Amino acid sequence: MSHVKLQDVTKRFGPVVAVNRLSIEIPQGECFSMLGPSGCGKTTTLRMVAGFEDLDEGEISVGGKIFSSSFKNYYLPPEKRDFGMVFQAFAVWPHLNVFNNVAFPLQIRKMPKAEIEERTRRAITYTGLGGSAETYPNELSSGQKQRIALARAIAINPTVMLLDEPLSNLDPKLREEMRFEIKDLQRKFGFTIIYVTHDQAEAMALSDRILVMSEGEVQQIDTPLNIYHKPANKFVFSFIGLSNFLPVEIADSAVYIEGQHDAGPLNVELPPRTQERRLVLATRPFEIDILREGGVRGTVKRVTYLGDVIDYRVMIGNVEVRIQKNRIKEILREGQPCGLKFNRILWYEHQP
Amino acid sequence: MANVSLEKVGKTYDRHQVISDLSITIRDGECFTFLGPSGCGKTVILRLIAGFEHLTAGEIFIGDRLVSSVEKDVHIPPEARKIGVVFQDYAVWPHKTVYENVVYPLQMQKIPAAEAKKRTMAAVEQVNLGSLENRLPFQLSGGQQQRVALARALVSRPEIMLLDEPLSNLDANLREEMRFEITALQKQTGVTILYVTHDQEVALAISDRIAIMDKMGRVRQVGPPDEIYENPADPFVFKFMGISNFIPLDWRDGRLFVGGSDSPLAYPVPADVLDRIRRHELIAGCRPYDIELTHDDSSPTRGTIRRVIYLGSIIDYRVVLGMQEIRVQQDVRDAGQGGIPFRDGDPVGLNFLNLKWFENRGLNEEVES
Amino acid sequence: MIRKLFGNFGIAEILLAVSVLILVIVVAVPILLILWTALFVDGSLNTRDILKVLSQPDTYEALKNSLIIAAGVTFFSTITGVFFAWLVSRTDLPLKETMKVLFLIPFMLPPFIGALAWKMLLSPRAGYINKFLSALFGLDGSLFNIYSLSGIIAVETMYLFPFVFIQVAGALERMDPTLEESARISGAGLLTITRKITIPLMTPSIAAGALLVALYSLAHFGVPAILGTERGIYNIPTKIYEQIYQSGGSFVAIRTGTILSSILLIAAGLILYIQNLVLKAGRFQVIAGKSMRPMLLKLRGLKIPLLLFSILYIFITVILPTATIFLVGSLKTYGISFTLENMSLANLKYILFQWKMTKDAIWNSLYLALGAASVTMIVGTLISYSIVKIKVRGRFILEFLGLLPFSVPGTVIAIGVILMWSGKFGINLYNTAWIIFIAYIARYMAFSLKSNSAALEQVSDSLEEAARACGATHWQSLKDIVIPLIKPGMVAAFFLVFLPALRELTTSILLYGPTTRTIGVAIYALNEDGETVYAATLASVALVIIIIGQLVIKRITRSRIKGI
Repeated sequence: MSHVKLQDVTKRFGPVVAVNRLSIEIPQGECFSMLGPSGCGKTTTLRMVAGFEDLDEGEISVGGKIFSSSFKNYYLPPEKRDFGMVFQAFAVWPHLNVFNNVAFPLQIRKMPKAEIEERTRRAITYTGLGGSAETYPNELSSGQKQRIALARAIAINPTVMLLDEPLSNLDPKLREEMRFEIKDLQRKFGFTIIYVTHDQAEAMALSDRILVMSEGEVQQIDTPLNIYHKPANKFVFSFIGLSNFLPVEIADSAVYIEGQHDAGPLNVELPPRTQERRLVLATRPFEIDILREGGVRGTVKRVTYLGDVIDYRVMIGNVEVRIQKNRIKEILREGQPCGLKFNRILWYEHQP
Repeated sequence: MANVSLEKVGKTYDRHQVISDLSITIRDGECFTFLGPSGCGKTVILRLIAGFEHLTAGEIFIGDRLVSSVEKDVHIPPEARKIGVVFQDYAVWPHKTVYENVVYPLQMQKIPAAEAKKRTMAAVEQVNLGSLENRLPFQLSGGQQQRVALARALVSRPEIMLLDEPLSNLDANLREEMRFEITALQKQTGVTILYVTHDQEVALAISDRIAIMDKMGRVRQVGPPDEIYENPADPFVFKFMGISNFIPLDWRDGRLFVGGSDSPLAYPVPADVLDRIRRHELIAGCRPYDIELTHDDSSPTRGTIRRVIYLGSIIDYRVVLGMQEIRVQQDVRDAGQGGIPFRDGDPVGLNFLNLKWFENRGLNEEVES
Repeated sequence: MIRKLFGNFGIAEILLAVSVLILVIVVAVPILLILWTALFVDGSLNTRDILKVLSQPDTYEALKNSLIIAAGVTFFSTITGVFFAWLVSRTDLPLKETMKVLFLIPFMLPPFIGALAWKMLLSPRAGYINKFLSALFGLDGSLFNIYSLSGIIAVETMYLFPFVFIQVAGALERMDPTLEESARISGAGLLTITRKITIPLMTPSIAAGALLVALYSLAHFGVPAILGTERGIYNIPTKIYEQIYQSGGSFVAIRTGTILSSILLIAAGLILYIQNLVLKAGRFQVIAGKSMRPMLLKLRGLKIPLLLFSILYIFITVILPTATIFLVGSLKTYGISFTLENMSLANLKYILFQWKMTKDAIWNSLYLALGAASVTMIVGTLISYSIVKIKVRGRFILEFLGLLPFSVPGTVIAIGVILMWSGKFGINLYNTAWIIFIAYIARYMAFSLKSNSAALEQVSDSLEEAARACGATHWQSLKDIVIPLIKPGMVAAFFLVFLPALRELTTSILLYGPTTRTIGVAIYALNEDGETVYAATLASVALVIIIIGQLVIKRITRSRIKGI
């Protein structure tokens, strides 16, 4: 039995359909991310799971127990759902010290004092806040505030943790660190994580599976690796990682950049099972080799040194291709002619 | 255009010395970036050059002109320095249209109206805001407002342009776009640019030379981007730019070992470096992609994979080596050629391809603010 | 050296000196004089007089009443203000936006005019409501007696609760909703959340509002004057007035006034101190980033009853008194019933065009208010600029001096101004319009400073610096950039002073002479003389001017939001 189950969940705000017939099944202990641009419906979905919003249609159940259902006309308020939740702006109460912030959910549940003490101290230690129990949030950094929120969420030993863009307000190096801390906590406690983010690197690094969303619709649910290498459609391809979408034509059983037959054919196989003459070839900047000779002929338009990586913009006629190479390979210069060799490509339909 | 010379420049606020003894020359027509964590004083340097702050020590020349001097009691106010400034919050005047914003410097210079109009419209076109000249700022996006600021800074044909983190409030895609526009504008006009930022990617992308600053306000290294990246002067610079690993070394029983472990290090170390390692003076630094991982026994240096993270085009490894954890990154395609992928907990062999040597002190310096 | 300190422009020190001078003369000296006169006689400490005054039973009584009234008003205003703020921000009450506006209207009514209206409605025997109820229930005596401590407390609460309402409603709206959501997900129900999270976080705002109310009530003259003096119920301001009035302005009385004023000052100081403590303990940054809706309590069955209750409250506290004033003001004689033939516009014409006393009062108030507003606007801008933009050492003195009058009661300012400008330093302005003018400037400078400082703080430094980088001198950047951007703030500051100055009573009642009555004084005098109808007519005129003024402000602030 799946741990968290959403079935045909739909939510409307007036005429706008924010979430459209979303169905997910998340097994116990999985780290499941919802990824998409702002306004895609991921936060709304999380809030429906948490209970802050009620769904219009569908059913949400956790561990077999129904939390929201339009079929059965049932809605369990958030305070009864026993989730651990971490918010983007930390939502740490400034008038309570660290201990009382973390102990709050335990105090609400009227646990015996000794147990509250023990659990709170444990949560504080696990999140690296040991020694700060008496301090007040305004004396602590953002990273520490977020740790308070984490400690508070794990204090009740939840089976499911909901995280709403918890790291967006932290700076980049801290963000990376905290990702691992969250993963470590998950390993230690074994809870299921539902994570919302717009940062694809974060989703890729953390998740067992990712749901890519756009405008309320599911685009793809899969492991990070599959999403990257086998994106279901153009949106997913362009949302995860850098991408090139090149307009191509098929002529004389070869593939050419549209309008640039003079540049020579691409070293790729014809797409299977299609009669189309015009298509879109999608490829990652890392999957293209840039050569001095051979390949599709173009000119280097721009070279940007980015430290560990060199970013090239190559013009094939008036089509710009973006290539990124590790800097240990030799560097070409702007204006230099070059050739491109494509290694890994995907085909999409041409759209006018 | 002009060069900028700072000689023994110092700035103190209320007994707190932010900048001390800074001497640097920014060449005519170059794009020079001050790069460092927040609070390091880079913005103060920009403001001193602009004239918004007074020096407490030293002198500043713009071209041949002395614009600030403590000794000679000279301080030419900003309006007389012939500069263009782009601020972090754009500082586009909300009660003036795009046109009125951009034409303002020319009005201050008392340029006759017809020519002012011509130059203003040219500047507006140059930043791709043509047809928007009658809009008010609140009707424009962040990126467009930033362009207004750029146009306004360029229209008076200043000798130098000062840019204070102009791109930090823009989203990633727009940042890339604007980076390129700034570089293109510089090439077109030949103006000297002084850029201030904490974002190393921007610094690497646009600069002719970079000055790396630490939190104490000291300049740690000055040089072109590739030199800073490839030949960092000290651990701070190495840590600040990109991802870094530090590997302590031991000399025992006539061999080089990874510090605190039984793993020997197989690397061609020059004799003089070896001497200093023996005297515990040096530590090795290594970039994540300068490390090869092998399944077999070909390397005597052994470690354990602690975590494997797929980041799409890159695989990021955390490897336990001796007493520390180091990061290794591989291109997905290169990794694929190695055969079987690594998993958490796997033993692994490490080959170091390019070690840099640093003095064994100041390693704990905080790089972030 | 000086240039290095100030950096920006050469006459910064002149500006600073002028600002300090103005504030010292206008604000600091009067207050110091009060303390000096109260404490010292001919150079030596004046304990005898102080003790004599303090030990008199009616002084003691006045002090006691002041405290009781202030405590009562604060208590009830807090409850009312918090209740309505919560109703409007945290429930699904219908017509919320309208109610938010309606609850602010009591602010616009001068409390003493409200007291006047309530006197007409609830005075025993003559009050309309009393008469109506007595007739209805066949009672012998009357049900309500407005001439009482509870009457005073009730009326002051009606018109002061918006202080609390504004603070709390604003704080509730700005509060980060995830603070409550995280409590919810932690298992807490609405009641627990309100108790443990919302209210503690609101405490600074509640305290800020409550203390403002306390301060205002302690210093208030109008309502106790109209509803209390008749029955011998005095508070400190009315006691001071009584002493001075009875003695015809003798110096002894004025000295008694200074002693009593000092008590007021100390009380005000204490309140401010408490406020600082509370604010320091609880100043939390609870501003929300994302615009997410806060959790609303579903009122269900209580929706309509509470809405009706709120509307009823507005009706009783605003519409009823206002209507009474307008209606009584049109009566031919007081006490007769409200039929069309008993009413006419004759009173209005008389007041506006014929009776010198009222005509003068209206003109006096108009040009005094205009003058005070203009001066405070200009000077306030200058001083604000010194404080906010010229980062000069010692600007904290300016800030302190500027904001001091906020908390100094109008009575105290009046006494101080009397002491200072009645010949002590060679200039005697007593009984002229000038003394009122100076008192107004002292009283309202703080309003202008606050408003202008707020506007200036919105103009970020980089806007001026950008102008400098474009070749503008400091003056040019002021002219081209700063002034256009703070113009709306300056205009707001103007009206912020103009309207209160127009309708005030507390200060001018101690300073007026035979030809320098203000509207407030005139209304009060008419009431004292038993000319209830004319008092009401003049009050209606005042109300109309105030309403027009408020509409003009709304117009200006609305256009400010668009564009600039």
